[in-house]
Amino acid sequence: MNTLFIAQHELRRIFVSPLAWAILAVIQLMLGVVFLLTIVDLMSNPGILMDETVGVTEIVTGSLFGFGSLLFLLVVPLLTMRMFSEERKSGSLDLYLSAPISLTELVFGKFLGLLGFLVVMLALASIMPWSLLPASPLDTGRLFSGMLGLLLMMAAFGAAGIFISSLTEQPVIAAVVSLVVLLLLWLVGFFKDWTMPWFGGQELAAGKPFGYLSMTNHFDSFLLGLFDTADLIYYLLFIAVFLALTIQRLDMERH
Amino acid sequence: MTQHATDHASKDLLIKADGLHKRYGGHLAVNDLNLELRKGEILGLLGPNGAGKSTTLRMLSGCLAPTSGRVQINGIDISENAKAAKQAIGYLPERPPVYHELSVDEYLTFCAKVHGVARYERASALLSAKRDCGLEHVGHRIIGNLSKGYQQRVGIAQAIIHRPEVIILDEPTVGLDPIQIREIRKLIKDLGEHHTVILSSHILSEIQATCSRVVIINNGHIVFSETLAALAATAMAERILVALRHAPAPDALKVEGVENVTHMADGRFRIDPAPGADPREAIASKAVAEGWGLVELASERKTLEEIFVELTTSDNNSNTTASKEAA
Repeated sequence: MNTLFIAQHELRRIFVSPLAWAILAVIQLMLGVVFLLTIVDLMSNPGILMDETVGVTEIVTGSLFGFGSLLFLLVVPLLTMRMFSEERKSGSLDLYLSAPISLTELVFGKFLGLLGFLVVMLALASIMPWSLLPASPLDTGRLFSGMLGLLLMMAAFGAAGIFISSLTEQPVIAAVVSLVVLLLLWLVGFFKDWTMPWFGGQELAAGKPFGYLSMTNHFDSFLLGLFDTADLIYYLLFIAVFLALTIQRLDMERH
Repeated sequence: MTQHATDHASKDLLIKADGLHKRYGGHLAVNDLNLELRKGEILGLLGPNGAGKSTTLRMLSGCLAPTSGRVQINGIDISENAKAAKQAIGYLPERPPVYHELSVDEYLTFCAKVHGVARYERASALLSAKRDCGLEHVGHRIIGNLSKGYQQRVGIAQAIIHRPEVIILDEPTVGLDPIQIREIRKLIKDLGEHHTVILSSHILSEIQATCSRVVIINNGHIVFSETLAALAATAMAERILVALRHAPAPDALKVEGVENVTHMADGRFRIDPAPGADPREAIASKAVAEGWGLVELASERKTLEEIFVELTTSDNNSNTTASKEAA
């Protein structure tokens, strides 16, 4: 129950800040431009669709959600930067610490509130591909899979951002560090095919762990409409680990 | 003491802190602090800046875990059963923990929720907290647009909205103008009629104006603890000053109940009475009888300020004796 109160409160605080509205507007504008470009490209090159293996859904969601994932990577740290750092700076963290609620409820509440905003952001972005439904047959399963993947990835960004926000008192530092961490997690994906020579002339797939670690690699299968529990578990584990670290961090602070 | 009386006493004990220590790195902020707070008391925690007042209050409110020692709220250990213990506390930190972007009503409703006020009681809790803190007319205002004094009131409203048994206020009047200070003090006194209050301050007059008991903290431990009523009684005739036009030899002033007489200058004497004795009347009648020409007779009380300065500026050695005296 407390978790829900905090989530509701957090969501309200996000929506009364001008930053949230600015972010929603900017994201919508950027995605709108990408969407328009994709559609215009399709209209001028209808030949692509002659290939039986390629559909409108793939082309549209691929570019829209692919670009969206990078955009959200840049934006989520701006949303999470205030979550704990500002509370600590302004002293309002004491309200929670002296209230009869547990740190777990507090952290989950904040995460849920953020998730609420992310769902709104995702819903607004998804209006664009769904608006093609009257005009063209869509692969709805693939669209849902892409949306789920994007939501999981945003939630993972959020969990990491919340943890980093709990480390510092300065929102700007939290934003910058979160951004760097998320970018690194994105970049390590490029090492996935990296091999190095090994004994006996064999090749060692040294980049493989990086591929597992990278957030985007797990997202790609969702984009293809492939629902792999390994990918789902990756994101859930990622979220759980960072939220648990946040709880630990806040508890340490009391001691 | 009978069994019944013991039960009653422990029932009235709302805060019990045993051997609290708080260490920050190498610095011992709070050192073996023991504190008891009974129902109906307004306890003033007095101390110079950096004495450990805020740290103590943060530990009592559960915001900070003590390095060692125990805090019991209403008989419940705060580290063992934090939720139940915190239910009985309302805490106003040094800076009011408000959200500047929310309205007063939104904020206080949220506070009522996290403090476990039931849904059907929230509206009335909000109303009564606003009434007690004089916030009726600003319910729809955004907190960030309110003056510092009103923000402080919102902070206090947050601490009392769930009608806790203990209210912990950390420097509730800091940064306010004199009129606001008077209003907040009056508010605290009013709250003291139905709640038990512990407040900290480094302003002496504030403690004297609002509290029923004063505890002075220095270097992280208690150096003085006394009720203000007892303080007024014991300080009754700390020293007597007499001015005589025709000054006799100092020994002539040694009437019954006088321990020591010092001749200062120009016929002015300082008389230290024996403990518990009040020789003013005897001195006056003797002065009249002997024709010394009594022009002044005053008892000099030891004010809280003197006690405070004495305890917090002197070296550790005299601190220990003072705390023994106080105990």
